[in-house]
Amino acid sequence: MAMHKITVTVNGTAHSAEVESRFLLVHFIREVLGLTGTHIGCDTTHCGACTVLLDGEPVKSCTVLAVQAHGRRVMTVEGLERDGKLDPIQEGFMQEHGLQCGFCTPGMMMTGHALLRRTKNPSEAEIRQAISGNLCRCTGYVNIVKAVQYAAAKQQ
Amino acid sequence: MIPAAFDYHAPESLSDALALLDQHGEDAKVLAGGMSLLPMLKIRLAQVGHLVDIGRIPGLEYAKEEGGFLKIGAATKEAALERSDLIRSKYPILLDTAAVIADPLVRNRATVGGNLAHGDPANDHPATMLALGASVVVRGPKGERAIPVDQFFRGLFTTALASNEILTEIRIPVPPARSGGAYLKLERKVGDFATAGAAAQVTLGAGGAIEKAGIGLTNAGPTPIKAVEAEKFLAGKRPDDQTLQEAGRLAARAASPSPDRRGAADYKREMARVLTVRALKAAIRRAGGPS
Repeated sequence: MAMHKITVTVNGTAHSAEVESRFLLVHFIREVLGLTGTHIGCDTTHCGACTVLLDGEPVKSCTVLAVQAHGRRVMTVEGLERDGKLDPIQEGFMQEHGLQCGFCTPGMMMTGHALLRRTKNPSEAEIRQAISGNLCRCTGYVNIVKAVQYAAAKQQ
Repeated sequence: MIPAAFDYHAPESLSDALALLDQHGEDAKVLAGGMSLLPMLKIRLAQVGHLVDIGRIPGLEYAKEEGGFLKIGAATKEAALERSDLIRSKYPILLDTAAVIADPLVRNRATVGGNLAHGDPANDHPATMLALGASVVVRGPKGERAIPVDQFFRGLFTTALASNEILTEIRIPVPPARSGGAYLKLERKVGDFATAGAAAQVTLGAGGAIEKAGIGLTNAGPTPIKAVEAEKFLAGKRPDDQTLQEAGRLAARAASPSPDRRGAADYKREMARVLTVRALKAAIRRAGGPS
């Protein structure tokens, strides 16, 4: 059984662990680091509940090996809040009722956060396109779009 | 879901990667973006002894014109292709294609080379590369060779790649003036594989007739399909509706789709026909022609 010593910078802090080759990034985040904000939904690269930023880009962490993240930067939903202050995307989800059951929310927020880094004032179509790999089974997309728009306006 | 145990290697050079592949033979598999391979390992449709991750090898991510070719590094991410100014301005057919692969999050990891090397007829780049007359550059222990894409796909999940070779680059001949291409995909929802898909690339002659046409079909048989009869039929013809409809019929005749949850075989063949006609019309428009 192949073990690998990896170091991954998660939310600004370097974490080292010894992991099996087949160990998935989402399990590293949830089970090794105890950061359970990142959810496991479909576990088949469809739903996006496990979305985290890998070197700044949103990816589905159920389909990345932990060893592939060695030496790289990961940001999870826990990394959005800074010094007790919510990220605009978090504030947007709160203000616009962007969540119902909340299961997809961490992934939605990470994708939304990454979109706003690249596109300061996205159109509704751009927002919908960006979140097309994140599924909300409450079908609360209208308010999710509003939440991203709120964050975009807040960041202006 | 956890894949069956395997050993993971992250070589930092192509020669190290090739040595690992040579050493482990059929027991090794190349890992690029992993967007097809990792799900297959997780649901245990596939099992490997050794994964050779080429993600840390520098110099495999680019899209540039050089020596009469558009050259795309095999590890180029679909998202990078979508953002490339060169692709956006000169190769809209590639933008069409990249933009409908899986979803934006998957495209941040998925690679162009992987989309081809996986040998899945449901993948989208193969049809487009068939239409464009592309070749893939392959590196092995004995050096480099180029394989025309129309000789690359050998069967379901089977390509001309040997177990000790790595696909390093895709080469597309820079199309002459008055050329255009388009890729159209019918999907049930974002992220699904194609119910049917068609790529068309045309070059118009001085008189407005079609000088050359390339047509590829997605998910229309056990391998990606090049609609050779339709291509031949179009050469030298004026691109009127009747001609394009006939090309669509000929392309559909080359398709042999399997029935599944996406539809019956007849339905898929019909969709291949319709999409071929629409892709041809869009390609001709982009080439500066009528319709």
